[in-house]
Amino acid sequence: MAFDFVQPRRLRLVVVGNGMAGMRTVEELLKIAPDLYQVTVFGAEPQPNYNRILLSPVLAGEQTFDGIVLNGYDWYRDNNVLLHAGVRVERIDRKRRLVIGSDGTEAEYDRLLLATGSNPALPPLPGIKLPGVLAYRDIADTQAMIDAAAHVKKAVVIGGGLLGLEAANGLAARGMDVTVIHLMPWLMERQLDRTAAGLLQKSLEARGLKFLLETSTVEFVAGESGRVAAVRFRPAGDKDAVPQSIDAQLVVVAIGIRPNVELAERAGLYVSKERGGGVVVNDTLQTFDPRIYAVGECVNHRGTAYGLVAPLFEMARVCATHLAESGIGRFQGAVTSTKLKVTGVDVFSIGDFQGGPDADEILLSDPTRGVYKKLVIDGDRLAGACLIGDTEHASWYTKLVKDRSAVAPIRDTLMFGENNLGDSGHAGSNRAAQLADDAEVCGCNGVCKGAIVKSIRAKGLFTLDDVRKHTKASSSCGSCTGLVEQILMTTVGNNYSPTPKTKPLCACTDRTHAEVRQAIRDLKLLSAHQVRTALEWRTEQGCQTCRPALNYYLISTWPGEAQDDPLSRFVNERSHANIQKDGTFSVVPRMWGGVTNSAELRRIADVVDKYRIPTVKVTGGQRIDLLGVKKEDLPAVWRDLDMPSGHAYGKALRTVKTCVGSEWCRFGTQDSTTMGIELERALWKMWAPHKVKLAVSGCPRNCAESGIKDVGVIGVDSGWEIHVAGNGGIKTEVAQFLVKVKTHAEVIEYASAFLQLYREEGFYLERTVHFVARVGMDYVKKRVLDDHDGRRALAQRLAAAVASEVDPWHEPEKAAVDGRQFIPLVAEVG
Amino acid sequence: MTEWIDICAVDDVPAPGARRVKAGAATVALLRPDGERVFALEDRCPHKGGPLSEGIVSHDRVACPLHGRCVELATGRMIAPDEGATQTFAVRIANGRILLERDALCAVATTPQVPCPLGA
Repeated sequence: MAFDFVQPRRLRLVVVGNGMAGMRTVEELLKIAPDLYQVTVFGAEPQPNYNRILLSPVLAGEQTFDGIVLNGYDWYRDNNVLLHAGVRVERIDRKRRLVIGSDGTEAEYDRLLLATGSNPALPPLPGIKLPGVLAYRDIADTQAMIDAAAHVKKAVVIGGGLLGLEAANGLAARGMDVTVIHLMPWLMERQLDRTAAGLLQKSLEARGLKFLLETSTVEFVAGESGRVAAVRFRPAGDKDAVPQSIDAQLVVVAIGIRPNVELAERAGLYVSKERGGGVVVNDTLQTFDPRIYAVGECVNHRGTAYGLVAPLFEMARVCATHLAESGIGRFQGAVTSTKLKVTGVDVFSIGDFQGGPDADEILLSDPTRGVYKKLVIDGDRLAGACLIGDTEHASWYTKLVKDRSAVAPIRDTLMFGENNLGDSGHAGSNRAAQLADDAEVCGCNGVCKGAIVKSIRAKGLFTLDDVRKHTKASSSCGSCTGLVEQILMTTVGNNYSPTPKTKPLCACTDRTHAEVRQAIRDLKLLSAHQVRTALEWRTEQGCQTCRPALNYYLISTWPGEAQDDPLSRFVNERSHANIQKDGTFSVVPRMWGGVTNSAELRRIADVVDKYRIPTVKVTGGQRIDLLGVKKEDLPAVWRDLDMPSGHAYGKALRTVKTCVGSEWCRFGTQDSTTMGIELERALWKMWAPHKVKLAVSGCPRNCAESGIKDVGVIGVDSGWEIHVAGNGGIKTEVAQFLVKVKTHAEVIEYASAFLQLYREEGFYLERTVHFVARVGMDYVKKRVLDDHDGRRALAQRLAAAVASEVDPWHEPEKAAVDGRQFIPLVAEVG
Repeated sequence: MTEWIDICAVDDVPAPGARRVKAGAATVALLRPDGERVFALEDRCPHKGGPLSEGIVSHDRVACPLHGRCVELATGRMIAPDEGATQTFAVRIANGRILLERDALCAVATTPQVPCPLGA
């Protein structure tokens, strides 16, 4: 029986509101599910979607309107989004699932997205409707202000908050005489404490702005022409005082915003009556009507209405995944930060910055320089920060507050900035603000500061991931990440979206590494396919990021039961050799403890000659590297070398470096060479979240550089010191002392236990240094030192895992090495 | 009349995975994300010439093993925002065998190459 296959009708999505939050949701939705919906957008303003945040630079003459458009009309055309610009939605008929526009247009919906934004709060004062009294919300307001500035002289701004100060600054830049009237005792009282606000006010006054604080507006007075001519005011809280008057031919009211909920309310949706207002939504941005979602400033989520872009974009992302019917994400609220640059004054605040009499505060005050920095500590965390004059570390404080990181260990340097940059690749600079445009920031990819700033502005980037994708900066070794984040924050200001500590594992899922490891353990998942099914992966096969990670998690959690999948491994681990830039490989045979003999050296030399290997190099790991081996020759090279695999290519145990020790050295207190060889024999063939490097020194002179190893052993007269979580690469970190033991067997037991803990609980691609920084040295000591039975069990599990692994160079079939990769196919052409 | 050269059996290519094919001076990567879908691209990443046949193949793309840049299997184009493309070759599957178009292979087999990645 033949069927005519009928294309299923696309679902209809109607978006009420053409602003940043709504259109971001649509963009994200089109990325995930481009064909699921027919999208129709109604926008009350007769423009395409523009960056409302950049209205202030437009007012100040630094930007044009065209320069701030985010989605031009051609974007709507190219993406098949039907836009009704300049059409307000008058009514939502939820029963018939229909919206009706002000021009009579009707649109049916399967899903409705409300993104009606906010309205400026307008006080019900006499004269509020006079010509010349404006709100500051959209491009029309901005244009009106620009026009007025060309004709009149005196302006009054009502409201000394973020928006009011930006308006005042813009008008002053256009030559107007500006006075700011503010109800509260100091400026920006929602972001700054009194002292910081005082410094800000002084800087602004030095630029000609005038302030009337603790002042209440009484009325707006018309002049002869009918336009506003003066503002009358009195001291706040003193109703009986005689009002005074100030001339003003332009008044800008910027006292706050209220979510625009009238449409939603009339449609019967639940709207919060509490402080902030807004259409109430849950963590998936759904209203009480399951077909209706809401995002942006019109929303009330867990009691909060947001006005800054970073949380709104996060809402948009989560909402889009649910509209696309592939969502498990939840919006759980956001910590908001403020970064403002008003005529050169840098201001930053986040979290609970007020502190209070019982608060634990760290203060740095330098009034002569105009610098004031306050950090508020709550228990072990950074609860908030308020900085003025020097906001260089703003991006770091943002991360600390959001991640709820423990700051006690770094309390003494907290005020002076982080130390998380890698050691090289950025010419020793750690202050982005001081860099010239042509200064190289990313040493791996050759990206200079100017290129990053240009890309951020031209492409509207907000996050570190955006910058990585578009410029490649910080996308290779990560050394310069801190610098790039500083640049991002400086360029983007308020709207900087810091990278959250817990990111999804990859683009295929919203699950984090921790959640995936946990699920594999709890649900006893034994294959990547089972993981992707159980955890609702967005893709059937995964991607180049999650396939190796999942494979590692499976075989390390369920050794012997989960099946290793070589096709999911990176090329080096599949080929059991290191790929070089021209597609040839390098071969590094294992030399136990860095010790060799004439027979091995002779075999190596013969192999070099026989296979005409171009380069022979001694490695930092105390062994020999043969570079330039053709892939086809690898199996034969391994056979002729007849030496064990050095695993130089793997997230595995690399080497155990040794110094000569008591066997020969006049200073050696212990036989480090023998200890090193024993350790290497006990641990080799183990897979790990990342490479693992060990060393054993025979005395505290530490000639084997144990201090920068994942496990560094140092012989002392009375035994062996074990130090862990060192790192000698991108960022040199000294290993931390773990324990001192007496015997070789104990060294092996403690080293094994620590490494097994790392194997079982580390995240893929974390070195031991990152693992210990994450879980804490106290936790490591608890598991490896205090819990004796646990330590022995850990050591035994590692021994068992290692025993079941085979040397791929000697037993390739058993190690599931696919031999076909070494045999190129030949096409008979010619 | 298009002529096709028989290269190998479909099952000679691991899935998801790849095999490389030497065609004179050039190398072509056969990329098989699953089942019977096989794509053929010149075995050179548009970024810095890396061997795509050694990359991880997933669904619709391959990640170059050298620097991780992704190339779309169907078109040979790099995934946005990266730019650049590598040559694609028409593939025919018949009776469980993979066939490549003769003319395209001959053209690339005799074109002087920057040193072939696998030093053949």
